Amino acid sequence: MTPISGAAFAWAAVVKIPLVFAGLLVLIAFWTLVERRVAGFIQNRLGPNRVGPAGLLQPVADGLKNMFKEETLPPFADRFLFLLAPLMAFVPALITFAIVPVAAPLPTRWGLVGTAIADLPVGFLYILAISSLGVYGFTLAGWASNNKYSLLGGLRASAQMISYEVSMGLSAVAVLVLAGSITLGEIVQRQQQSTWFVIPLFFAFCLFLVAAFAETNRLPFDLPEAEAELIAGYHTEYSAMKFSMFYLAEYSNMVTASALMASLFFGGWDIPFTAWDDSAPWSFAKTAATFVSFWTKTLAFMFAYIWVRWTLPRFRFDQLMDLGWKVMLPIALAYVMVIGVAVWALEALGLPFGTRYALALGALNLVAAVALFWGLDRRRLIGGAGARARGPWRAPAAAAAAARTGGAD
Amino acid sequence: MLQSYVPLALLIAFVVLNAAIMVAVSHLLSASRPTPVKERPYESGMPPLGSARERFDVKFYLVAVLFIVFDIEVVFMLPWGVAFRQLDLLGLGMLGGLIEMGVFVVILAVGYVYVWKRGALQWS
Repeated sequence: MTPISGAAFAWAAVVKIPLVFAGLLVLIAFWTLVERRVAGFIQNRLGPNRVGPAGLLQPVADGLKNMFKEETLPPFADRFLFLLAPLMAFVPALITFAIVPVAAPLPTRWGLVGTAIADLPVGFLYILAISSLGVYGFTLAGWASNNKYSLLGGLRASAQMISYEVSMGLSAVAVLVLAGSITLGEIVQRQQQSTWFVIPLFFAFCLFLVAAFAETNRLPFDLPEAEAELIAGYHTEYSAMKFSMFYLAEYSNMVTASALMASLFFGGWDIPFTAWDDSAPWSFAKTAATFVSFWTKTLAFMFAYIWVRWTLPRFRFDQLMDLGWKVMLPIALAYVMVIGVAVWALEALGLPFGTRYALALGALNLVAAVALFWGLDRRRLIGGAGARARGPWRAPAAAAAAARTGGAD
Repeated sequence: MLQSYVPLALLIAFVVLNAAIMVAVSHLLSASRPTPVKERPYESGMPPLGSARERFDVKFYLVAVLFIVFDIEVVFMLPWGVAFRQLDLLGLGMLGGLIEMGVFVVILAVGYVYVWKRGALQWS
């Protein structure tokens, strides 16, 4: 079946756009409820359960409340930028998702319809470009509010997001080396031919995961809105719908980052351990099954966001910048070179791209991971905040022996 | 080729329009009862001290400048990564591409070590 083209192509886009937009907003709304219920579960309390059955109508109530809340337009703020900032955060956040294919292509009477809104030839570059546009929204919000806390929040947001963007881009380079293509559709296809890229590129996945948490300003990297330090950071002076826009932007970034992790490293819409879904003939059943597969992976990552939020404490700002510039960046750079050499060696050995190729790279990652994490753990590469205070690392047995003999510590 | 950007243009128009409508509807529906206290910057209930238009740490500028250097490097590496398997440089095939990127990374690493030693990455 040929891909859809001509007028039908435009009509397909017209149908897809509201579907994806509404779908994203509904998912985000319910995810705020999921987050609060899971937070309740983790903290051994109930969470919101009064509005509707099991609290299911809570997001609706919240949405309505934000619509009718009094809107503050502070006279001390820069009016134009103050109004523009939430839109500048909201729009990039919602359009980034456009290129992610959420399922196998759907055959229709008019041709084969792709499941991404726009299957751009620039692929991943589009995501890097648009997601960094969101920084303007946060920075401008902080500056335009003319509030010291907002300004600090905006500055922190911009410094943090640009710092981790470098590591995010670098970890993606390794994926592109293996995939040999920059469009998400082909990256998914290459993973179907071998294994999910999380195995051959385990390190890149770890780096990408950390960078994604930092890019979305989620705990343990939520310094731009650290409530104990900055009230609410860059959106301190915002209320009503304009406040909601920042919230929607944050959650939408979370959905996109999760979808990216699923697509780049976990096979996108691929169903594991079967080749049934990998190729033509396409059918509605395949589209539906792969759709479920994709969202299972994405929602798992979105759940991980919540899980981490209620598990880890917040970084200090200098720790955050140290991690980004002194740990992630050199590891990411070195890793690209390691993968380059390994791919060259595998090609020189004449191993065809496939499962064995990927597993060989996976073994290399395993060795590197043991070496690196062993070093990290012993504070040979990174000293945490406690390293200076407590002195050099000591094996527990030696420390206990020192305590028994009353040795000077 | 360019056809694939048409849905994107439609999407951007749709999202911008929706965002504008959401803000406008909220503006029309909400009551506005300003009081002198509401019209002051919120600083946890304390009377605000001084203006927020103050100088801030130069390190934020430094990070922005460093970001440009390293982001351009990423922009060079992305196409290299995509084309790596097909590269045939210096008559060495893929090894040529690898050497080329190695030279680039070494130059970058020298700059990175310099920046680190000069304390530009020092925040505490």
